[in-house]
Amino acid sequence: MTSSATRPQGVRARAAIAAKTLRTDRWWFAPLITVIGLSAWVAYATVRVFMHKWYWVEEFSYLTPFYSPCVTDRCIPEASHFGQYLPGWWIIPDAAFTLPFLLLFRLTCYYYRKAYYRSFWLSPPACAVPDGHASYSGETRFPLIVQNSHRYFFYFAVIISLINSWDAILAFNTPQGFGIGLGNLILLGNVIMLWAYTISCHSCRHIIGGRLKHFSKHPVRYRAWGYISWLNVRHMQLAWITLGTLALTDFYVMSVAAGWISDLRFIN
Amino acid sequence: MTTTTTRIERHHYDVVVIGAGGAGLRAAIEARLAGKKTAIISKSLFGKAHTVMAEGGAAAAMGNVNSRDSWQVHFRDTMRGGKFLNNFRMAELHAKESPQRIWELETYGALFDRTKDGKISQRNFGGHEYPRLAHVGDRTGLELIRTLQQKIVSLQQEDKREHGSYDARIRVFDETTITELLLDGDRIAGAFGYYRESGEFILFEAPAVVLATGGVGRSYKVTSNSWEYTGDGHALALRAGATLINMEFLQFHPTGMVWPPSVKGILVTESVRGDGGILKNSEGKRFMFDYVPDVFRKQYAETPEEADRWYTDPDNNRRPPELLPRDEVARAINSEVKAGRGTPAGGVYLDIASRLPAEEIRRRLPSMHHQFKGLADVDITKEAMEVGPTCHYVMGGIEVDPDSGAAYGSVRGLFAAGEVSGGMHGSNRLGGNSLSDLLVFGKRAGGHAATYVDQLTGRPRVAVTAVETAVETALAPLHRDTGENPYTLQQDLQAVMGDLVGIIRREAELEDALVRLAELRERVAKVSAAGGRKYNPGWHLALDLRNMLVVSECTAKAALERRESRGGHTREDFPTMDPQWRRVNLVCSLAGDVVRLARKPLPKMRPELVGLFDRAELAKYLTDEELTEFDALVATDAATGAAADTAADADAEKER
Amino acid sequence: MGTETSGAPGKPAAKRQFRIWRGDAEGGDLQDYMVEVNEGEVVLDVIHRLQATDAPDLACRWNCKAGKCGSCSMEINGMPKLGCMTRMSTFEENETITVTPLRTFPVIRDLVTDVSFNYEKARETPAFAPPTDLAPGDYRMQQVDVERSQEFRKCIECFLCQTVCHVIRDHDENKQAFSGPRYFIRAAELDMHPLDARTDRKDYAQTEQGLGFCNITKCCTEVCPEHIKITDNGIIPMKERVVDRRYDPLVWLGSKIFRRGQVPQTSVTSEHSPGAVRSSAAGGGVHSHAGGSHDAQAEVQAQQGVNWHREVPHPTAPAVDASGKLPLTELTFDRAAAPSPFGDDVTFPLPPEHLNFAHPTQDERNH
Ligand SMILES: Cc1cc2nc3c(=O)[nH]c(=O)nc-3n(C[C@H](O)[C@H](O)[C@H](O)COP(=O)(O)OP(=O)(O)OC[C@H]3O[C@@H](n4cnc5c(N)ncnc54)[C@H](O)[C@@H]3O)c2cc1C
Ligand code: SF4
Ligand code: SF4
Ligand code: FES
Ligand code: FES
Repeated sequence: MTSSATRPQGVRARAAIAAKTLRTDRWWFAPLITVIGLSAWVAYATVRVFMHKWYWVEEFSYLTPFYSPCVTDRCIPEASHFGQYLPGWWIIPDAAFTLPFLLLFRLTCYYYRKAYYRSFWLSPPACAVPDGHASYSGETRFPLIVQNSHRYFFYFAVIISLINSWDAILAFNTPQGFGIGLGNLILLGNVIMLWAYTISCHSCRHIIGGRLKHFSKHPVRYRAWGYISWLNVRHMQLAWITLGTLALTDFYVMSVAAGWISDLRFIN
Repeated sequence: MTTTTTRIERHHYDVVVIGAGGAGLRAAIEARLAGKKTAIISKSLFGKAHTVMAEGGAAAAMGNVNSRDSWQVHFRDTMRGGKFLNNFRMAELHAKESPQRIWELETYGALFDRTKDGKISQRNFGGHEYPRLAHVGDRTGLELIRTLQQKIVSLQQEDKREHGSYDARIRVFDETTITELLLDGDRIAGAFGYYRESGEFILFEAPAVVLATGGVGRSYKVTSNSWEYTGDGHALALRAGATLINMEFLQFHPTGMVWPPSVKGILVTESVRGDGGILKNSEGKRFMFDYVPDVFRKQYAETPEEADRWYTDPDNNRRPPELLPRDEVARAINSEVKAGRGTPAGGVYLDIASRLPAEEIRRRLPSMHHQFKGLADVDITKEAMEVGPTCHYVMGGIEVDPDSGAAYGSVRGLFAAGEVSGGMHGSNRLGGNSLSDLLVFGKRAGGHAATYVDQLTGRPRVAVTAVETAVETALAPLHRDTGENPYTLQQDLQAVMGDLVGIIRREAELEDALVRLAELRERVAKVSAAGGRKYNPGWHLALDLRNMLVVSECTAKAALERRESRGGHTREDFPTMDPQWRRVNLVCSLAGDVVRLARKPLPKMRPELVGLFDRAELAKYLTDEELTEFDALVATDAATGAAADTAADADAEKER
Repeated sequence: MGTETSGAPGKPAAKRQFRIWRGDAEGGDLQDYMVEVNEGEVVLDVIHRLQATDAPDLACRWNCKAGKCGSCSMEINGMPKLGCMTRMSTFEENETITVTPLRTFPVIRDLVTDVSFNYEKARETPAFAPPTDLAPGDYRMQQVDVERSQEFRKCIECFLCQTVCHVIRDHDENKQAFSGPRYFIRAAELDMHPLDARTDRKDYAQTEQGLGFCNITKCCTEVCPEHIKITDNGIIPMKERVVDRRYDPLVWLGSKIFRRGQVPQTSVTSEHSPGAVRSSAAGGGVHSHAGGSHDAQAEVQAQQGVNWHREVPHPTAPAVDASGKLPLTELTFDRAAAPSPFGDDVTFPLPPEHLNFAHPTQDERNH
């Protein structure tokens, strides 16, 4: 009867163990790292999104993913590959059509859910360590029941990944013609990792093949499901890798745009 | 019924099934389907019975992998494996009915591994001529018991819909031990036991009892069996007036783990050898080729090359000697170790790492990989395993009527199925034959128990005095505080059985064993258990000890009596098989407190079944007299034209 | 029994420090033992040695000693594990090893707990529905089709996943509405079974088993000794299958958010409708109620359950909030006026079979 504070005495008692957890390993380490990692990233991203500058390298057509597609009327026209629709108020991110969906995609991602439920919400902080809350209803009710909409954010994420891919391709076409620099490789790497992350999504795995009852009747989908399952096992790693590549790509573009460093060019 | 000091919970059932392993559950399902109110009793939690540990598979001649397989071939393999000591009728029923029983499991939700065309896949196993074992990786027993468990749940759900309660017609009493069967004259009237959890007593009044309590392996030090295997069913039956047969035959599985010491005895499935594993001694020699006995010469390869070809082309090559029946392999390993060619821990090497790619090993033998990694920190995809013989299965058991599973002897209303019953496997059981045995005879016992209840005119009644005695006996160890610790006694018993009634037996040692068992009997009568009644393992063991003891006495007595070596019984002083002894079963019974041994002639095989074997083979087992009979039979057959069965069999013969 | 004290080749035996929880429902505490440990032993061996020496009545379940039966579940240094699969060599030489019973279930004695919760949930899960048009022996299934379900059938029912799951470990009141990971994979197994004739497994998982309570924090997967990917291959695919059927965005937006969080009952629940009502009420904004409610169905089950001979739960008072009042506001509550102080699913008079009464002479009756 150590942990169920809300339960009036009724059925038979649990073992009377005073300690909240008897774990002796460093169980708090993983949630701590997650808190630090995610907070740092969110802080960086917030600052960058509201900076409204250094997102476009005119010379080499580099556009950072944080500003793609650039849809406010404040955008540098060349950077707006898909037109401009919104007023350029300070509070509106320049990629206002995509960022919210990207945010929601990651927020409802099965991996990130695990990560923040454990580390931020302490529900539970680690296995066999008590929940930080007195009552619990999981994802049965509003608002958390909305997590079930992850599928739809996945569809958006696919579209956004397409846009990012398009940006990366356009970046090969500089005002001087075709060219490759370190920035291109970084953009490309980022896009590849984004695709890997998006494709390895549990919803994707389900749509591609998981929902089938008879794999044997759909050999092609079964194979695709097999590949996605292989990626899906690495979904957590990909989730962190893409946070890294996103920040890195953005930082690189920012540095080049701000003139702190110059791009390393291989061709043109 | 209450005595002044002890409250006893009392229940009424039509059929009480003691044992929740494969046999017990199948029997309960059958009794419930026959409309009987059924109770299932188990010493451990529901779904944890010994059957979960079976790995290799369940033998059934479905012919999915090799279409030449048929019940006749399966029957022949079973008889051969049991060295013709089997009750032929049981072997026949088993071979004929096991495919049905396996298919039935699929309708309960079992998911066996599949062949390419979507049927149940079957694998090779020692002693089986064709791939015959339906399996699920190497956790077939788990699949079997879980499926039956879930079928019972589904029946309970039906009852709930009909009668409003899950327990209306079938109920599971888990963690409950039966210590006594109660009689009304010569008829079963009920069963008495206690809840392990609370130590409270419980009384079942029932006209029919099915025993499915499994084996006796805990009397041995090195065993693959769990604490449950204390021979309770054997002892209960003896005390109720039934008889045991073939108790001298114990199967020592050739490949148990020998290192680390704490897991000594835990099984390494035969599938390791079926899938290509080979046995080597410390000199690196593949020694099994030196140990093929004459009776098997024809079926087994003589060179490693031929043996290796067999895995891919079984039709044109003979099988590797690693797949000889278990007794042969166990003896071979024993000899190698005795000759000083064993491993440091006293076993031999079982090598699969050098025979299959790592990925394949993990796929085919996942739980073996898991077991060695977890228990011994050995990666079987890289290193050889160390293995040695371990006590595994008791062929002997309650003597039953082959068709109905009703116990012989003086008692009525007692049925037995599974490992606790005897006769089916003769002197040695083939791997995989047990799981199918559970299903075939479990169903029969359950069904016939239900019929028996229908035929009864009046219900037998439980006598008050019998219950009072049972209570006293059960509480005695708790009330004594001068006796010995049950764990010490168990260790001593294990030492006697392991050292003196082990794989290789000698007259002097067996006599010595009987003396020591008599001493132990005195000590066990005075055992005392510390602590209270609530979940007290010391007390539980103290109560099990007397069962282990009486069963051990049967084994030792019968082993001393049988002056030959056959299957699971090897006498150093009588190293060969004796056809005269083949005609004899040794039957144990209890007279008061004393174990009695009697000889009983083996039932005679029906002509059409004898006709399934060729003369050369029979000559190795039968007496001259029996062979003359056989010749006469063949002559008349040839004259009158073959009977249907014989014709079918002749075909099978031609194909071989 | 692992009780021999010598015979290990290699290193001689060393004494190790153990703390084992001894006691029963009335109370208990951690007791210290010094035990001899030989090379290659597992925690269960040490417990057996204790039984044979210092503590013959130390209660502990086990069967196979090979990680196959799932009996020897216990918590070792705070983590749920199988005693027979935890090697002593995984600990430091001088480390104290603490062994306690499973925390989530009521204790019986020492390391043995009452796991009947699991058997009751198992019994509620609708069984395999065989196809009506196939005779035994005619079942044809492809290996690739059965593989997913086979993974779940590896389960040895050790209930480690059940005990580690915080939904019930830390919130006992959820036990009625939540079946636990073991039974999610049972539902998934049947849903993915190529020949199962029922199509409502997903709805069952959502409405009756409380799939929504799971927040996929994956502790079940972490502890599963059979390495079943409970979350990735069982729970998440089931959640996705539920999404397929239930969260079509248009239908969903209209009906769900504003009325009740939990989805409405479906036709699956023919035999368990009280359960459905309860779980949806629990989701409807009165969750503090679920624990305190005096559930008639649960009582019948407690009486008829696997461990039916135990005392049935006592009637309990409804849960109150921090101020000691019923958590009632007319705005959020799902019906007019206050909830019944006996829990809102109890009607009076109570049916006789719910009363815990033994007639003094009932034993003499012959029924
Ligand atoms: C490691 C191992 C591997 C094996 N592999 C195979 C294989 O691959 N193929 C094969 O065919 N066979 C195999 N076998 C053999 C086979 O598993 C057993 O023979 C078979 O499971 C016995 O089943 P059963 O139903 O007779 O008894 P069990 O499954 O052992 O059940 C006995 C039941 O009786 C109960 N019980 C016992 N005493 C009492 C009492 N006094 N009161 C109440 N209940 C009691 C127990 O609790 C238990 O529920 C293997 C055995 C072992 C140990
Ligand atoms: S993933 Fe879900 S079911 Fe598993 S432990 Fe966590 S909350 Fe429980
Ligand atoms: S799913 Fe795994 S952890 Fe859960 S009961 Fe089964 S084997 Fe144990
Ligand atoms: S993106 Fe992580 S699960 Fe969909
Ligand atoms: S004893 Fe069977 S799993 Fe540990």
